[in-house]
Amino acid sequence: MERSTLDLWVGLFVCAGIGALLILALKVGNMSGFSTADTYQIYARFDNIGGLKPRAPVKSAGVVVGRVGEITFDNKKFMAKVVLTINKHYQFPKDTTASVLTSGLLGEQYIGLVAGGDDANLAQGDTLKLTQSAVVLENLISQFLYSKAAEGDTKK
Amino acid sequence: MAERAVFSVRKLGHTTSDIVIRLGYAVRFIVLTLMHSGTSFRRFGLIIRELYYTGVQSLIIILVSGLFVGMVLGLQGYETLQTYGSESALGVLVALSLVRELGPVVAGLLFASRAGSAITAEIGLMKATEQLSAMEMMAVDPIARVVAPRFWAGFISMPLLAAMFSAMGIFGGYLVGVVLIGVDEGSFWSQMQNAVDFREDIVNGVIKSVVFGFAVTWIALFQGYDAPPTAEGVSGATTRTVVTSSLAILGLDFLLTSFMFRGV
Repeated sequence: MERSTLDLWVGLFVCAGIGALLILALKVGNMSGFSTADTYQIYARFDNIGGLKPRAPVKSAGVVVGRVGEITFDNKKFMAKVVLTINKHYQFPKDTTASVLTSGLLGEQYIGLVAGGDDANLAQGDTLKLTQSAVVLENLISQFLYSKAAEGDTKK
Repeated sequence: MAERAVFSVRKLGHTTSDIVIRLGYAVRFIVLTLMHSGTSFRRFGLIIRELYYTGVQSLIIILVSGLFVGMVLGLQGYETLQTYGSESALGVLVALSLVRELGPVVAGLLFASRAGSAITAEIGLMKATEQLSAMEMMAVDPIARVVAPRFWAGFISMPLLAAMFSAMGIFGGYLVGVVLIGVDEGSFWSQMQNAVDFREDIVNGVIKSVVFGFAVTWIALFQGYDAPPTAEGVSGATTRTVVTSSLAILGLDFLLTSFMFRGV
């Protein structure tokens, strides 16, 4: 075969391969997500984070505004310390509430932010004062059982 | 009776030492190939020629089987996910199974049977018709001239083929899931993008395909170079290439998976 046609085919082949890798990275993976945008970190302490995982979304009003960063255990307060990486485009007041929520009945867990009324905004390194832990199904069931039992007592 | 027992024990020892000797020869062979690679990089035209035969000519089978594997994944995944009411996770299922496992493994198996067997047959026949000896007579090193370019061509083309296989498979899953069955397009892509991590999933898949490319090309080249110079020997070597490299791919895949996805 002619040398230049050979080169052409091989060139096309390599381009197609690199193109496929790019498609995988950009369209299938989450390279195009928040990783490149400017972000700031805030901290939140929870009594119980349930099944929250690093890289879980941080949502406010259902819109993804950031990602969960590192999750560590605070050995002084005995609480879970979660780093929230928030996109610079979104600013939240100082008295924002963070809660661990679940999308759907069996879905993944994420952090929901509800803005407060403070004039000052959260800055890099701030810690959220108001947090709400994950709902633990066992606690919920035992609460329900206790309240049912109490109802039964009052009826007698 | 005792004679037969002694004979079979002797035969066992012979087979074992034979295997160890061949393994040693194979390692020496790959080291020699890597050492002589400098020459073939200076004559890059040789690698390009081999890239055409191993890479470009494997394109059709890789793309078509990728498409069909993806379409079948879409159909089967939908059937199963639908019973749990989570058919919107179809994209995640198709993408993760292709990028992590099926892409590198199936592309590697196809590559071994399409390109690997061709490499073995070609080098085996070159040896049988004494072309390799003729090269040595002309002071041309056959490892630098024949083996090294084929090695690098296989090493380069395998990850590219695996990536194309995965991309084509995801397109096939999209065709069946979204276009044919009617899963919501937005949740198909967005759930996929949420679940597939670049470093954890895609890069690990690429690492797998690089390892498979190395193993398949090494086995194919060595079997060809080591083949007895007869018609029977070449045919046996070609069969061994396909069998050994398929087993090597599956074994290596298990090893790599247990290192990469330990589920921490």
